[in-house]
Amino acid sequence: MEAAYSGYGQLGAVERSLLEGCAAGENHSAPYDVEKVRTDFPILHRPVRGRPLVYLDTAASAQKPVQVMEAERSFYAEDYANVHRGLYFLSQRATECYDAARRKVQAFLNARYQHEIIFTRSATEAINLVAASFGEAFLKNGDEVVITGLEHHSNIVPWQLLRSKKGIVLKVAPLNDRGEVPLEDFKKLLSPRTRLAALAHVSNALGTVLPVTEMIRAAHSAGTKVLIDGSQSIVHLGANVRKLDCDFFVFSGHKLYGPTGIGVLYGKEALLEAMPPYQGGGDMIARVTFEETTFAPLPAKFEAGTPAIAQAVALGAATDYLIRLGLDRIYAHEARLLEYATSRLREIESLSIIGTAANKASVVSFVLDGAHPHDIAQVLDSRGIAIRAGHHCAQPVMTRFGVPATARASFGLYNTFDEVDVFAEAVKSVEALFQR
Amino acid sequence: MNEIGETSDLYEGAILEHDRHPRNRRAMVNCSHTARSENPACGDEVCVFLAIDDRGIIGDIAFGSKSCAIATASASLMTEVLAGKTPAQARILSDHFHAIATDGAEAPPDGMEVEIEQLATLSGLRNFPAREKCAMLPWETMLAALEGPKEGK
Repeated sequence: MEAAYSGYGQLGAVERSLLEGCAAGENHSAPYDVEKVRTDFPILHRPVRGRPLVYLDTAASAQKPVQVMEAERSFYAEDYANVHRGLYFLSQRATECYDAARRKVQAFLNARYQHEIIFTRSATEAINLVAASFGEAFLKNGDEVVITGLEHHSNIVPWQLLRSKKGIVLKVAPLNDRGEVPLEDFKKLLSPRTRLAALAHVSNALGTVLPVTEMIRAAHSAGTKVLIDGSQSIVHLGANVRKLDCDFFVFSGHKLYGPTGIGVLYGKEALLEAMPPYQGGGDMIARVTFEETTFAPLPAKFEAGTPAIAQAVALGAATDYLIRLGLDRIYAHEARLLEYATSRLREIESLSIIGTAANKASVVSFVLDGAHPHDIAQVLDSRGIAIRAGHHCAQPVMTRFGVPATARASFGLYNTFDEVDVFAEAVKSVEALFQR
Repeated sequence: MNEIGETSDLYEGAILEHDRHPRNRRAMVNCSHTARSENPACGDEVCVFLAIDDRGIIGDIAFGSKSCAIATASASLMTEVLAGKTPAQARILSDHFHAIATDGAEAPPDGMEVEIEQLATLSGLRNFPAREKCAMLPWETMLAALEGPKEGK
């Protein structure tokens, strides 16, 4: 395990190169001031169980800065109406705000066109959209979809549903003992029948960063399209979709310090054009008669019904916030936190870290001999420390490592080294409590 | 739950004692009833074995588990309390344990005051509503075993 982290320092550079040319990759020369950043997050100053909150569950959902809350509040207070339909001032104003949010996301992802950005309810809905619509247009009985052994359930189940419906074949690239997906094993699965590879960029359960650049290149050489689930990665590594050259990219707003109820599907224009609508309804049509309906152009074709307007606006504010802080500086801060937390946890004899990939992002999953993950989380909660315990919606990962569950701490842009110390000391006390 | 948690109390009492020294955690070859359940929220597993004799008495009860301290302690205590009871009494005690682990409102049924007192050693659970499923998993598994097909037929 010692060797697993030896190359950690240089890996930041590899991932940082993805940020080049991406809006979030702007250079910031000032040092990162985490205490100042924390003043943007009111909830971090709320005591929990009589102690200062130590929030280490950002991988499940990030807390929100006042800038995001204020964007949503002021939109409702000053600019709100339904979008696209009204001829009156407020409807036009709301439409402008909604379109501006789309352009912010386009810039954040470095997408070529704003109409390549589709707003959805969640990353889950975005994957289901691709499974249903890309599946309808391009997949037939016997065609193959490749995923990896560390996918979240939301990037497994939609493909299983499609398998039941269309008879596709689902192939899974295996994990090694460190929780990595070896590139060669992935390449071996690519065949002339492989139409799509759907890959998490970062594992939510283990923190493993997949070598998606190489995986996308290999897939494209085999004529395979690639969907990247960026739910866990975008917040640490950004997402430069043109540099990655992925065909689809999905993420959810709430993990990017934005609101719940909003997700994003990026798709290359030509693919989205060739795909049928996902849902039918208002906003997605050009003309409806009872004989025939013609569909609206992108992105409206995939946005049936009144969208999550205020949430989109607030998501735009979240991207502004991250660009202002500097995604590269956030990444450096989180990498240091992870390195420090890993070294502190290694001091605990009966603790095993699950997932020791050379390249990890901001997540440390672990088990203790003699103390179940739920019991660890419960004792930590009594000290105001919020960590997750369970299968993290990635049961196949748990099966791979022979554990029913893990405890998981994840770090965000607002966490401090002092918090890591409080956390590590609390885990030590759990070890003492459950010592047999 | 209280704003100030009482987690350490929870883990200092009966739960930790049962988790360290679980009673009747063993396989049973010649059981008459058995069931296995999983908590889908966490992946924990519990199986329960019952040997019900010709008189309709639970002559022997055992469990196996891959579970947290709360589920393990609940299963351990359950096997202590249910040995020698009838299935009907087991169902009543299950209801009462649920009450103890949640709102704790019910009065003990006649003739089972001792058992209820034993179960009440886990009454601290009512401060941890998120763990209700953990506490009830062994009992639900036991009820499923009573309902389910008899092994060996």
